[in-house]
Amino acid sequence: MAEKILMKGNEAIAISAIRNGVDGYFGYPITPQSEVMETLMKEKPWETTGMVVLQAESETSSINMVYGGASCGKKVMTSSSSPGVSLMCEGISYMAGAELPCVIVDVMRGGPGLGTIQPSQSDYNQIVKGGGHGDYHNIVIAPASAQDMYDFIDWGFELAFKYRNPVVVLADGIIGQMMEKVELHPMKPRRTDEEILQAAPWATTGKPATRSRNIITSLSLDADIQEEFNRKLKHKYQLIEDTEVKYSEYMCDDAEYVFVAFGCSSRICEAVVDELRAEGIKAGLLRPITLYPFLAKEIARLGRQARSMMSVELNLGQMVDDVRLAVSGSCPVYFYGRQGGNIFTPEEIVREFKKANSLE
Amino acid sequence: MKEEIIIAGFGGQGVLSMGKILAYSAIMQDMEVTWMPSYGPEMRGGTANVCVILSDRKIGSPIVTKYDTVIALNQQSLDKFEKTVKPGGLLLYDPNGITRAPERTDIDIHRIDAIEVAAKLGNSKVYNMAVLGAFLKLRPVVDMENVDKGLAKSIPARYGNLIPMNKAAIEEGMEAVE
Repeated sequence: MAEKILMKGNEAIAISAIRNGVDGYFGYPITPQSEVMETLMKEKPWETTGMVVLQAESETSSINMVYGGASCGKKVMTSSSSPGVSLMCEGISYMAGAELPCVIVDVMRGGPGLGTIQPSQSDYNQIVKGGGHGDYHNIVIAPASAQDMYDFIDWGFELAFKYRNPVVVLADGIIGQMMEKVELHPMKPRRTDEEILQAAPWATTGKPATRSRNIITSLSLDADIQEEFNRKLKHKYQLIEDTEVKYSEYMCDDAEYVFVAFGCSSRICEAVVDELRAEGIKAGLLRPITLYPFLAKEIARLGRQARSMMSVELNLGQMVDDVRLAVSGSCPVYFYGRQGGNIFTPEEIVREFKKANSLE
Repeated sequence: MKEEIIIAGFGGQGVLSMGKILAYSAIMQDMEVTWMPSYGPEMRGGTANVCVILSDRKIGSPIVTKYDTVIALNQQSLDKFEKTVKPGGLLLYDPNGITRAPERTDIDIHRIDAIEVAAKLGNSKVYNMAVLGAFLKLRPVVDMENVDKGLAKSIPARYGNLIPMNKAAIEEGMEAVE
């Protein structure tokens, strides 16, 4: 039986990086995710797997170190929280433009500005819609437990290399700070030089006589070439949208009222669904696991079945726009949120749900 | 079985580590657990609390507002959380420094003088284990053999010599609860 360990979501990120053959972590401390680097420093993976762990002088620096490592075909990552991720956005856009794979963990806190250090989901728009400049998408995956934090690192690298695209693990302070049982999977060794050549033939690994130069850049001065590249990206994003959508359903089969929530909010909404079902109200929960690509088809399907939907988020209403687009008017879509680091309780959501649906 | 517990007190009383040991003991009993601390500026020099949920089934919301058990280790925590005990639930508190005793009549109220237990054992750091013992006496949600395993998992190997002292405090706490 696999070993089960009690750990924080943030610790799970660090342990998973070591156990899944990550080559390098570059970061800068910020609450509520400082345990990621603290755990890496405590575990000293440079003495075991050879993984590099480096505290950069800033988030700008750490994302550019990730750019460098990824250019060489290495599995490299960083983690931060909202204000730190804003500093990284230039680098993330450059990586999208240079088609570089990497994993970025964002443990969101309340904003805007320096905001609070408590949990939030107020960077949905920033991360899901891009963050940096230019026509691009991050692949965005949203963990809801410490086990997800552990599992999504490996999955994130799989997606990142499959599509040569930055992947953001979009978590929040609750998932980062909460301890839960985590089951460790068998260790994966770091890739050998030969395996890197296989996984990343585009990487700058030293030019042999048998091929032309590999160039990593996001700069193109010719509009036609740039447009062709933009269309190539569009093709890639279409493929991602067609094949990588992942979600989970809770009691949706006969649901007349459907909640849509990701990350920690989806956990809280499970309790809401249980409470409403106990009262005889047919409620269900749709949890997007990938935020980009978005589960538009599933929402559209449930929108035709449901009397109404409610998007529940720790922000002023961001994902709700995407839910409304997907529903496309087939049922009303309500929103409930808390902000600034405050967290809703199941009772509060039940109350707001009933108010919105005139069920009092 | 599902037990929703909040442990609240001053920073430094070992509230978080008590919760961790309880959670790890439950994992050793093959239960599901969540351990959710309050974190933020309010912890520095102020109060600390942790919500621990133990369950036979997968745990949905880690955020709850009513608890089966409230463990309050100072006046502020007692004031804040007395009203959050579910009817028929348990309120366990340390009477040291308490100027306003709990008032509810629809819950089960017990006291543990954990400072005295720790003083008797000559080690103020096992204060939290005395409280844990008192809780486990009142709510035997985890078998003692799994508490032993939980302790061993929670205490770093280099401090393994401290396990007997912690265990003694748990046992003394079980005796001392009133």
